[in-house]
Amino acid sequence: MKLNRVVAWAALVIGAIALVADYVYDGLLRRSLRRLLAAVRGGEEAGGVQRGPDGQPVSGITEVPESGETPVAFPDAELIRSCVHCGLCLPFCPTYNVLGVEMDSPRGRIYQMKLVAEGKISPDNPHFYKHIYQCLDCRACETACPSGVQYGRLVEAARSIIPPRSNVEQAARRAILAGALNSDPILSVIGVGSRLYQRSGLQKLVRSTGILRPIPRLNRMESMLPHLEGSLILEPLPPVVRAQGERRARVAFLSGCIAAQFFPQTNRSTIAVLAANGCDVLTPPAQGCCGALQNHSGDRETAKNFARHNIDVFERTGADYYVSNAAGCGSMLKEYGELLADDPLYAERAEAFSEKARDITELLAELGLRPPTHEVSARATYQDACHLRHGQKIKNPPRELLAAIPGLELVEMARSEWCCGSAGIYNVTQPELSESILDMKMENVIATGADTILAANPGCLIQLQHGLRDRGVHMRAAHPVDLLAEAYGADGHLDSNGGDGG
Amino acid sequence: MQPSRFVQELIDIVGERNVLWDDYDLRLYEYDGSVDRALPQAVVLPESAEQVAEIVKLCNRASVPYTARGGGTGLSGGSIPVAGGVLITLVKMNRVLEVDLENLRAVVEPGLVNLQLSEAVAGNGLYYVPDPSSQKACTIGGNVGENSGGPHTLLYGVTTNHVLGVEVVMPDGELVEFGGKALDLPGYDLTGAFVGSEGTLGIATKITVRLVPLPEDVRTLLAVFNTVDDASATVSEVIGKGIIPAAIEMLDQMALQAVEASVHAGYPEDAAAVLLIEVDGLRDGLDEQAQAIRDIAEAHNARSLRIAKDAKERELLWSGRKGAFGAIGRISPEYYVVDGVVPRTKLPEVLEAIAEVGRQYDLRIANVFHAGDGNLHPLVLFDGAIPGELERTKEAGAEIMRICIRAGGVLSGEHGIGMEKAELMGELFSDHDMEVMLKLKAALDPEGLANPGKIFPTPGRCVEIPRRPLAGIGW
Repeated sequence: MKLNRVVAWAALVIGAIALVADYVYDGLLRRSLRRLLAAVRGGEEAGGVQRGPDGQPVSGITEVPESGETPVAFPDAELIRSCVHCGLCLPFCPTYNVLGVEMDSPRGRIYQMKLVAEGKISPDNPHFYKHIYQCLDCRACETACPSGVQYGRLVEAARSIIPPRSNVEQAARRAILAGALNSDPILSVIGVGSRLYQRSGLQKLVRSTGILRPIPRLNRMESMLPHLEGSLILEPLPPVVRAQGERRARVAFLSGCIAAQFFPQTNRSTIAVLAANGCDVLTPPAQGCCGALQNHSGDRETAKNFARHNIDVFERTGADYYVSNAAGCGSMLKEYGELLADDPLYAERAEAFSEKARDITELLAELGLRPPTHEVSARATYQDACHLRHGQKIKNPPRELLAAIPGLELVEMARSEWCCGSAGIYNVTQPELSESILDMKMENVIATGADTILAANPGCLIQLQHGLRDRGVHMRAAHPVDLLAEAYGADGHLDSNGGDGG
Repeated sequence: MQPSRFVQELIDIVGERNVLWDDYDLRLYEYDGSVDRALPQAVVLPESAEQVAEIVKLCNRASVPYTARGGGTGLSGGSIPVAGGVLITLVKMNRVLEVDLENLRAVVEPGLVNLQLSEAVAGNGLYYVPDPSSQKACTIGGNVGENSGGPHTLLYGVTTNHVLGVEVVMPDGELVEFGGKALDLPGYDLTGAFVGSEGTLGIATKITVRLVPLPEDVRTLLAVFNTVDDASATVSEVIGKGIIPAAIEMLDQMALQAVEASVHAGYPEDAAAVLLIEVDGLRDGLDEQAQAIRDIAEAHNARSLRIAKDAKERELLWSGRKGAFGAIGRISPEYYVVDGVVPRTKLPEVLEAIAEVGRQYDLRIANVFHAGDGNLHPLVLFDGAIPGELERTKEAGAEIMRICIRAGGVLSGEHGIGMEKAELMGELFSDHDMEVMLKLKAALDPEGLANPGKIFPTPGRCVEIPRRPLAGIGW
C-alpha cells in the first residue's frame, strides 16, 4: 500500500517534470517524439517544417484573405463594437509604450479581434497569436477608456479561440495551470523543493556557475524565484481564528495556491490583521485555486470548474465576506458571477459569491481600521497591482491604510498605476518585453528614494524582488498587510482564540 | 517574402524594426479616430528629423505619396493615407528637448503627447494651454497639423497662438526652420501658414511652444438649464458683459446621459443642457467673477448652480466633459463628430436647425461643445453595420456644415478639414481665396506628394492628386 503510493507519487512527479522540461525546452519532448514517430513511419515530418491546418507549410508571412473565409464565432463579439477607436488608451498601454506600434495597443488588438470576428483574419494566424499574447491583460486601458470597453473580457475571449500550437503544449499548460495549481500535494512538493534548493546551497551553485544559461526559459524561472522564508514544511493555516475584541464580521479567507507556498508570512499577516480588526477568520482547507491564471490564458472551462468548487466550499462557511490578499485572485472572485452567468445551477450563487468578495485592503477600509499601535519606521512607496487598480478599481483604500501606520512615510512614485511586467505568467512567457516594462517600473521606484516597496499581489512582489536583485538595489518588498501586521505587533504566531495571541 | 527595393531603402534609413510592410501590420494603420479608412503601403517610425528628411527625399525620388501620423486620434481623417504610399508615424520622436524657464518656452518633438508636456513642466508651475479633449493621447505634432483647440482656448487662444517656431522637413526633403523663440521675426509668418496645414506643406520635426504659468486659482461652475435657449443666452450674456471665462462648455441631454453612464460626474440626466464654466487667474476677484456668472445664469432660469468645492470635484466635473466623445460609445456603436464654428449669438437657432437635420435623416445627434467660442461638435450617432447608414451620416454632417456656413460660421474649429470636409471648402471660400491657398501649396509642394487628398476638393485645379500606379516600385 505504502509502496504503491510512493510509486504513484514518483510517476506523477516525473511526469510533471517531463512536461515542464518540454515547456522550458520549447518542445524538446514534442520534437523528439515527432522524430521518433517519423523514423518509425519513415515519414517526411522529420524535417520539422511547420504546417498549417490545411497541410501547407506555414511561412512567416501570412496572406490576409480579403473575404470568403467563414467568420469565427467570437465570444462576446458585441463587446468589440463598444470601441470607437478614439485612441485614448494608447499612452496607458505598457506594451504600446515599449513597442510604439498599433498592433500592440489596446485599440489595435481590438481591431485585430474585429477582423477575426469578421472572418478577415484566421484565429490561427501567427501574428494574431503574437500580439494577443504580448498583451499583459493589465487592463490599464479599461481605466483610460471613456467608452467602457471591457477589454479584459475581450482579450480572454480572443485567447480562448486561438487554437493551441500543439497538443503537447496544451497538455503541458493544463498540467501546470489546471493540475498543479489546484493540487495541495503538488504545491507542497514545489514549496519544499524550492526551499530545499535554496537552503542546500544548490541555488548559489547554479547561480554562480550560470549552468542554466543555455536553457533560457528555465534560467528565467530560476531567476524569478523569490527568497523563501518560513519552515521547510509549512504548517497549515488554522481553519478558524477568532476576532479580537468586539466581533465586527465573519470572513472566509482565500489563501491562494502558489503564493501560499512562496509568501506564507503574508497569509499569516492577513489573518492576524483581520483578527485584530474584529473579524473571525475562517480558512477552509478544502478551498482550491481561484481560476484566474486559467481564465487569463483563455481556458474558461477550467476556470468555471474551479469557481464552482470554491462556491461550494465558501458557501458552507456562512461568512459575511470572502477575502483575498492577492489582487489577481480577488479580481477573479468578483468575476465569478459573470463567469457562471450561463450556468443554471450556479448563476445566482456565483452572483451572490462575487458580491461578498473583497480585497483585504478594501474590506479593512470598509470596516474602518482600528488604529495600529506599533511604530513601523519605513519610507515606503506603493505599486498599484493592475488587478487591484484597473481590475477592481481600488486606488485609495490601501493608501489610506498605510497612512494610518505610525512612523510610515508614504512616497508616491511616478506612474504607480503602470504594470510591472509580472502579469500572471507573462514574465516567463514574454521575458524580453517583461524586462523592458520592468525597466520603466524600476526607474520610477528607485527615483522615490524609498527603502520599502509595497504591492498587494504576490506576482508583483516576485517581479519587483527580481528587479531589485538584478539591479543590486537593497529595498524591502512586501505586501501592505505585512506592514500592518507589524503595526499591530503581530509576531506571526496564530492561535485559534484571539488573533496572534499577543 | 522579400521586401521590395523601395522598402529595403526605407529599412536602410530607419532600421528593420522601424518599418512595417507586412499586409497584416498595414491593416492596423488604415484607421485613426475618424470614420475614414485607407491602407498605406508601408509604415515607418523614424527616430530623428534627419531620418524624416531622408524618407521624404526617397518618396520624392520614387514619386510615392506620404502622410504624417501622430497618436492616430484625429477626427477629420488627416492622417489617413488616402492615396496610399508611406505613413510616417512620429510616435518615437517624443522627447521634450528643452525647457526654457526664464523665457517660458519649451522645444519638443512632434510625437510628444500633449498632456505629457504639461506634466513635465507642472513642477515649475507652468503648463501648455491648448487642451484638446484627446490631450491624454494626441500629439503636439498632430495639434500643429490640425491647429487644435480645446475647452481652455476661449481665453488663451488655439494652437497657432502657442507655437512660436517649427523645424520642418519640407516637401523637397530639406530641413528648414520657421519662427523661433522670439515673438516677432521679420519676413513672412511661415509658422502661421504652417500651423493647421495638415501635413500638406511638410512635416514638423521640432516645435517651439509657449508655456504659461498655472493660474493661481480657479472656480468651476456647473449650471443646469431646462432649455437649450436659456443656456445659449447665458453664454452670450456672460461674454457680452466682458467676462471672458477660461472655458464655457455645453452638453445637451443626450450627451449628459452618455456621460453619466460613463463617469458619474454628477450631471443631471433630465436637464436640457448644462454649462460647465471655468474662470481662472489671480485669486483676487475670482469670486466676484463667479458670482457675476451665477447672477446671469439665474436671470436666465438656471434651475441649479454648483461650484466645485475642491480640486477633486473640479476634476470630476471635467472628466465628464473630457470623456464625453468616448462615452457616446455606451449609447451607440459608432459616432461621427462634426466640427464647425458659428457666432455665439446664433447658437439657439443653429442648434434647432441641427436637431431638425437629425429628424430629417432619422439619426440621433448629441451636442458637446465649446459654447464660449461657438465651436460646435454635433455627434451623429450611427451603426456602420447597417447598410447605407454611414453614407446617410456623412450627408447629415455635410448638411450641418452648410447650416454653420449660412449662419456666418466656418468649417472647422479645431479638428481640421482633412478628408471629411474638403468638398465643402468651395462653399466657404471664393474661387480667388482658394486659388491663393492652392498657389502656396503648389509652390511648396510642386509634386503634390505631401498628404494628398486633404483640405482641398479633389481634383484640385492647380494640384493633381497623384494616384500613380505603384507597381513600378515593386509593392
